[in-house]
Amino acid sequence: MLRFLLRRLFHGVFVVWGVVTAVFFLVRLTGDPAVFLVDQSATRAEIEHARHLLGLDRSLPEQYGAFLLAAPRGDFGESIRSKQPAMRLVLQHLWPATVELAVVAALLSTVLAVPLGVLSATHKDGMADHVSRLGSLLLQSMPGFWLGLLLILLFAVELRGLLPAYGSGTWRHLILPAVALAAAPLAQNARLVRAGMLDVLQQDFVRTARAKGVPERTVLYRHAFKNAAIPFITVTGLSLGFMLSGAIIIETVFAWPGLGRLIVQAVPGRDFPVIQAGVFVFALIFVALNLLVDLLYAVVDPRVRLS
Amino acid sequence: MRRGAGAAVASLVILGLVGAAAIFAPLLSPADPIKNDLLERLTPPMWSAGGSAAHPLGTDTLGRDVLSRLLYGARVSLVVGFVTVIAAGAAGVALGVLGGFYGGWLDDVLMRTGDVQLAFPVLLLGVAMLSVLGPGLGNLVLVLALSGWITYARIVRGETLSLRQREFVEAARALGALDGRLIWRHVLPNVWAPIAVVATFSVARTIIAEASLSFLGLGVPAPTPSWGAMLDEGRNYITTGWWLALFPGTAILVVVLVINLIGDWLRDVLDPRVERGM
Repeated sequence: MLRFLLRRLFHGVFVVWGVVTAVFFLVRLTGDPAVFLVDQSATRAEIEHARHLLGLDRSLPEQYGAFLLAAPRGDFGESIRSKQPAMRLVLQHLWPATVELAVVAALLSTVLAVPLGVLSATHKDGMADHVSRLGSLLLQSMPGFWLGLLLILLFAVELRGLLPAYGSGTWRHLILPAVALAAAPLAQNARLVRAGMLDVLQQDFVRTARAKGVPERTVLYRHAFKNAAIPFITVTGLSLGFMLSGAIIIETVFAWPGLGRLIVQAVPGRDFPVIQAGVFVFALIFVALNLLVDLLYAVVDPRVRLS
Repeated sequence: MRRGAGAAVASLVILGLVGAAAIFAPLLSPADPIKNDLLERLTPPMWSAGGSAAHPLGTDTLGRDVLSRLLYGARVSLVVGFVTVIAAGAAGVALGVLGGFYGGWLDDVLMRTGDVQLAFPVLLLGVAMLSVLGPGLGNLVLVLALSGWITYARIVRGETLSLRQREFVEAARALGALDGRLIWRHVLPNVWAPIAVVATFSVARTIIAEASLSFLGLGVPAPTPSWGAMLDEGRNYITTGWWLALFPGTAILVVVLVINLIGDWLRDVLDPRVERGM
């Protein structure tokens, strides 16, 4: 167990290192960031000054060394646009805005997927199954940001502001972006629950439970779903990660003041410290979620050995 | 006939029609897709009050014809979708076969690189890379292909590892076949079925990813029409021009839906080992 944890931790550190290193060199190999930081009429001396402030006048190995020493402490330099420490900006946008949105969307997409998938499986090839499958197919084929626009069109425009289209602050602001973000994962989860349930419902212990007169609800949710839930855990854990990345675009649609929108807004201004810090935080979260999913797996299914 | 074959045929026909519309866009378009006409701006579709037959699906905020832009926009979606998947697939299959067949440090480097990439959502990688490389059709394909190759490499590597030890490969080797022949004649023919299935689904995913990046302003630069960029341009006019948000999104939905249906069918036909999910 301990060996497993240590190996996975090492692997996680490797992944995060790989990601930040890739971004570090990409930024520097594809042109001089300093050129983008000063306005077009800047003199050579002004550009040199900007380069010096960013540490770009040092050799590449030197810069990389300094970066590797500073990054684990969360020091990614100052945001070019707002002059605040990049990491502080990133954390301010991650919590609470992005976490709130991602968690609510992840809950929506898993909690609703279970009854939908079970219903679909128990009524295989029936009306409910067809409707749920068609719905899933549609939601999976639809870009989330377009669904967001349609929701705005429906709730904020046609229904005259039943729900707010932009901004944040109250729970009513959270509904539309959370639904838009949850839709595609919900569809995928419902398909997974259905497939898992179809598999489990054919097994002997389900027949036994029914034969001895256990109520159908209990059979479905206690006996069958518990066993179908195992692959579902992986997907749920990972979907929380993908919620965070989906937030990049959904936050932009709804002007939600989160980390995704911060990164997108940093792009045209070439605010590299913010991009690097944001990418670092995203990678950390992904790695942590992956590890958590593996551990949860072992807790739920004693047959899984961590080695 | 298997279940789903009817839907697959219909999907192929629709996809063919969209492809034809993209190729013959210059002949089919009622107007020049990048010509501004500020007097005609925000004209609604022809069946709405105030619409005109000159612009069947209305005009956008610069007075450009929406139908024409949709037809030309199909080119971007389809080209990016298919070229990306072909590039990523070719690179992934080649690297996966080499890694699986020879093992060693090459295999280690490839798989560890893949781990790093898989820890990373496509969209974030796209935003990070395109912010550095700058927007454009070539960069779009490059970024999406770079984030796609690992899926193919993993599948092919796994298959190659197990095929390498099978009797028929051993026999061919004993008969003196060279590595190149073993790979070409004995390994590759056995991996193409799962690859075809994965590739089909990833065309659909790539089209959505392209639309997302274009929506964020990182796709093909204006004024070249693309569906994602059209949605981006229309979103601030959603109260006055609902058609700007509706039509490009519907186009994406239809194309992605039919490709997913073709993928479902292919999976049933080619890959009976994969359990029928839905």
